[in-house]
Amino acid sequence: MSGVLQTEFAGVTFKNPVVLASGTCGFGREYNEIFDIERLGGISTKGLTLNPRQGNEGVRIWETDCGVMNSVGLENPGVRKFIEDELGWLNGLDVVNIVNLSGHSIEDYIEGAELLNGVKLDIVELNISCPNVRAGGMNFGVKTEVAREVVRKVRAACKHKLMVKLSPNAEDVTALARACEEEGADGISLVNTFLAMAIDIKKRSPVFENVYAGLSGPAIKPIALRMVHQAAKAVQIPVMGIGGIVSWQDAVEFIMAGAAAVQIGTGNFIDPAISLSVIDGMQGYLDSQKIGSIEEIKGCV
Amino acid sequence: MSLILSNERVGKDFYLMKAVKPERTGAARMGQFYMLRAWGSCPVLSRPLSVFDERGETVSFLYKVVGRGTEIFSTLQKGDGITMLGPLGNSFPKERGSIALVGGGAGIAPLYLAAKQLRQSKTTVDIYLGFSEESFLTEEYKLVADSLVVNVGGFITDEIDPSRYEHVMTCGPEPMMRALYEKCAGKNLRASLESRMACGVGACLVCNCKTAGGNKKVCKDGPVFKGAEVFGI
Repeated sequence: MSGVLQTEFAGVTFKNPVVLASGTCGFGREYNEIFDIERLGGISTKGLTLNPRQGNEGVRIWETDCGVMNSVGLENPGVRKFIEDELGWLNGLDVVNIVNLSGHSIEDYIEGAELLNGVKLDIVELNISCPNVRAGGMNFGVKTEVAREVVRKVRAACKHKLMVKLSPNAEDVTALARACEEEGADGISLVNTFLAMAIDIKKRSPVFENVYAGLSGPAIKPIALRMVHQAAKAVQIPVMGIGGIVSWQDAVEFIMAGAAAVQIGTGNFIDPAISLSVIDGMQGYLDSQKIGSIEEIKGCV
Repeated sequence: MSLILSNERVGKDFYLMKAVKPERTGAARMGQFYMLRAWGSCPVLSRPLSVFDERGETVSFLYKVVGRGTEIFSTLQKGDGITMLGPLGNSFPKERGSIALVGGGAGIAPLYLAAKQLRQSKTTVDIYLGFSEESFLTEEYKLVADSLVVNVGGFITDEIDPSRYEHVMTCGPEPMMRALYEKCAGKNLRASLESRMACGVGACLVCNCKTAGGNKKVCKDGPVFKGAEVFGI
C-alpha cells in the first residue's frame, strides 16, 4: 500500500485516515477476529471512566430510519482495569492508539487523565458529552464555558496529545471548537451522537429508561458534515470527522469539509469490515484522480 | 453475499429460509446464530437469526416476521442474495442422558439443530413445542426427536414433567422460559435468550443481560445461559 493515504494529525502519523469510533468497537479484539485491524489508521477505545461502570438498564439500542439510537451508559471496566487488561494488547498493534476518556465530574476526568499519564498511548480523546453529576446531570459539552473549564483542567493534567470530542448538542459548536483550541487541545473530533427520543406507543412511555438517547448513523451524516465544515473553518488544530460514514465517498466528503481523519462508528454494525472498504475506496479514488496525497484535498471545500 | 436457495412460508408469519453458507465458514453448533441482512445501509442493523439446520454447504433459518428486517427477509426469493456473518455466539452444551427441549414461538428455531446434534451421542431427546395459533414443521421435528409434544394456544410448560429429564434446554418468550425455570426447580436448565443486537460479536455492549455473574453480552457470552444465572437473580 503506497503512502497517499498517510496523514498527520497533531503530530501523530496515521497510515491512513480511518479510525474506529469509540463505543462501537470495544478495544478492537472482536473485530480483529474478523479482519486485520492493523490495516486501520487508528482505533478509539470504548469510553473509559475513572471507576468501572455497569451501564444503563433497559433497552440499549433502537433502530430508526437510517439510524440507531443507543443508551449503553458507558459500561466500561474503568481506567485501571483497562491499563491492566487491554492497553498492552493495543500497544502491540501497529495502529494509532486513541484512548477515549469520559467523566461525570471534573475531578474524575483529572484523575483519569493522570492515571493515563503513566502509560503509552498516542492520543487521549476527551469525551465531554457526559452528564455532570454536580450540575443536575447537565451535559459538560453543551455550554461552551462549562466545556472550556473541563478542557482547561484536563489539559493541565494530561501529558498526552489531547483531542476533545465535541457534542452536536452544544449550544454553539463553532464557539466550542474555538474554546478547545484556546485551552490548548491538540485536536478535536466531532460529532458525538445527537440527543434524540423514541416512544413506545403501546406502553405510552419512552423506549429508553433514560428517556433520551444518542442518535447516530447515515441519518445524521449531512448535519455532522456541516458541523465538521464549520468547526474546521474556525480552528487551526486538526479535526477528526465523525457522523454516519458508511462509504468511502462519505469519508472523502468529510475530508473535503476539512477533517484530517475520520472515524467510523455505526457503520461497523452494517459491515464489521466496512472500514477496509472505506480505506480501499479512498485509495482507488486518489489513484484514479492522480492525487498524490490525501492531504491535498483536505478542506478543499 | 450468499445465495438464497428457498424461502417458504411455513405458518402464519413464519418462514423457513435456506441459503448457501458463506465461504470458509465452520459448522454451526446448536444454538448459534448468524447476523443477516439483505439490504444496503438502511435499515442499519443486521438481524440475528439462530440456525435451524445445517446440511453440507447449506444453512437454514426459521424466523417470524416481527418488524422491518424480517419483513424484508420474507420477500426474498430463490436466487436473491443475503449477507451473513457467523456462526456467532456460544451453544447448547453437549449433554448426554435424557434431555427435554422446550420451545415457544420463534424460539423453536434452534431446537431442530439442537436435537440433531444431541442425538449424535447417547441421548434421548424429547421435544416440546408451543405455538400460539397453529402448529407447523411438526413432521420435521418428529424426525429428530424421540418424542414430540405440541401445544397450540396454551402453555407448553404445562405439558412437561421436568423430573423425567436430566437436562432441560429452552428457547422462547421470557415468561415461558421463566415459568419453566421455576418448574424445573434447581434442575440444570439452559436458556437461549433473544436480544436486540448491533455488532453481534461482543464489541458494542447493546445486547446486555444482567446475570448472577454481572453484565453479560447475549451475542458473545450467550445466547445460551444457565437458567439460574439469568432467572435466579
